Amino acid sequence: MIWNEEYETLPREALEALQLKRLQAQVERVYASVPYYRGKMDKAGVQPGDIKALTDIKKLPFTTKEDLRKNYPFGLFTVPLERVVRIHASSGTTGQPTVVGYTRRDIKIWAELMTRCLSAAGASPQDIIHNAYGYGLFTGGLGAHYGAENLGATVVPVSGGNTKRQIMIMRDFKSTVLLCTPSYALNLAETMTEMGIDPSEMALRVGVFGAEPWSENMREEIQKKLGIQAIDIYGLSEIIGPGVAIECTEEQKGLHIMEDHFLPEIVDRDTFDPLPLGESGELVFTTLTKEAFPVIRYRTKDFSRIITDHCSCGRTFYRMEKITGRSDDMLIIRGVNVFPSQIEHVLMSIKDVEPHYQIIVNREGSLDSMEVQVEVSEDIFSDAVKNLETLAKQIQIEIKDLLGVSCKISLVEPKTIQRSEGKAKRVIDNRKI
Amino acid sequence: MKVKQIAVFLENKSGRMAEITSVLARNGINIRAMSLADTADFGILRLIVNDTDNAKQILKDNGFTVGMTEVLVIEVVDKPGGLASVLQTIKENDLNIEYMYAFTQKSGETGLIIFRFDEIDNAITALSKSGVRILSGEEVYAI
Repeated sequence: MIWNEEYETLPREALEALQLKRLQAQVERVYASVPYYRGKMDKAGVQPGDIKALTDIKKLPFTTKEDLRKNYPFGLFTVPLERVVRIHASSGTTGQPTVVGYTRRDIKIWAELMTRCLSAAGASPQDIIHNAYGYGLFTGGLGAHYGAENLGATVVPVSGGNTKRQIMIMRDFKSTVLLCTPSYALNLAETMTEMGIDPSEMALRVGVFGAEPWSENMREEIQKKLGIQAIDIYGLSEIIGPGVAIECTEEQKGLHIMEDHFLPEIVDRDTFDPLPLGESGELVFTTLTKEAFPVIRYRTKDFSRIITDHCSCGRTFYRMEKITGRSDDMLIIRGVNVFPSQIEHVLMSIKDVEPHYQIIVNREGSLDSMEVQVEVSEDIFSDAVKNLETLAKQIQIEIKDLLGVSCKISLVEPKTIQRSEGKAKRVIDNRKI
Repeated sequence: MKVKQIAVFLENKSGRMAEITSVLARNGINIRAMSLADTADFGILRLIVNDTDNAKQILKDNGFTVGMTEVLVIEVVDKPGGLASVLQTIKENDLNIEYMYAFTQKSGETGLIIFRFDEIDNAITALSKSGVRILSGEEVYAI
């Protein structure tokens, strides 16, 4: 269902006129209120008045995570703190956390966008929504929560962790919609089986999964194991949080970007030159309506392409192709780019291999080595050494074929790879570079 | 004629064997015969026990990957050439042995050889025909 018929189906021409008007206002406000942005624009020799068409956006300098860190914590806010009603922050595992703020209006818009997403995924006020995204500084929990409430659905704010209790709640409350990370969805499915609960006893109908890249094979795995439709949602805290883009149930081919609030661009992965929308590259967003924490040309480090084809769901918003990798997650092994999602793809295309894996990278001397740990489930286990060695070899060859990198496959005992309670930890990089 | 054997997947980590044997001991399971196949990276423990189904469930409940296969247990005379004649029959009948291991009985007069064949039914026919004694499951579990 389309939540906001007026905006979500706006003819392209009207939409682009609206985008330009909002972009101009946003750039002007950012220039006037944030010294850091003003400094960058002055240095690039561009003034707010130079933005006369949407394509002029390429004149503006990019914003990166580094800029956000330099201005920690509140340096890029455009309003005084008394107008900021909420703060969120990234975990900061790779350095200083990045802090984002919201005005009352930002929160309202965010809730509206998240409601649109849930509607696109087929949720309605009749649904009981089990929200297992983490509540707290992470945008996932509260972002999804406000959207679900705004939709009028019944929200169960379970947050992450305590998996067995979650399953009992889900079963007893007859929850129909599941919100969590895809890796946690698999953890839930596995735990249900362990508890002797058949996932078909659940009332679950659809899941809206995001906050980490996941492959199409993983989608199939989740759909099969939980017996639900798995919908991909996209968002990042620097832009607003969850609710930037959503798959529609009609096509499930790419995620509609909330273009009345965010302007997408695709740039070359290496040179950052703007690319035509249909080409594949790094996704860049400019917020069009954010008040407390607008960003101009934020480089997401997510790789995608934009689909401009008409969609049968009726939304006029362009779609972004499902993200399969982030440059942050990208490993360079002996000069070859490797995304964990590619390894996931290989593993899940082999029958009965469990979707739990971990990649361990080491450096011996000056040579990188990659080890992929795969759990031996009962279905792939054999009492004959030969069979297990053949399986390990098969995985190794298929990874080599796809990535051009050889790796060691280690078969490990079940449940030895840590289960996701939110974002899955797929890579352990022991290299000291 | 077929004997049930449990196989357990083991990572090469210290203490795993001890865990398996103590779990079985706690539950009163008696091991009749065992063999460990090891590679550089992992091992497979094969066990014949007095209560196969129970042992399998107990190990599963303790988080091990467990499989069940059927093997043949053959009696050979405990003297030079006892095994050779059995292997000759196997060769003549083109039967492929996946693996084998041996143990002796209390009496010391006969040895027992456990065979895992690709084609167990063909093996039973061929070995029976040549007069080899194949032990029944009940006999083995009760040893």
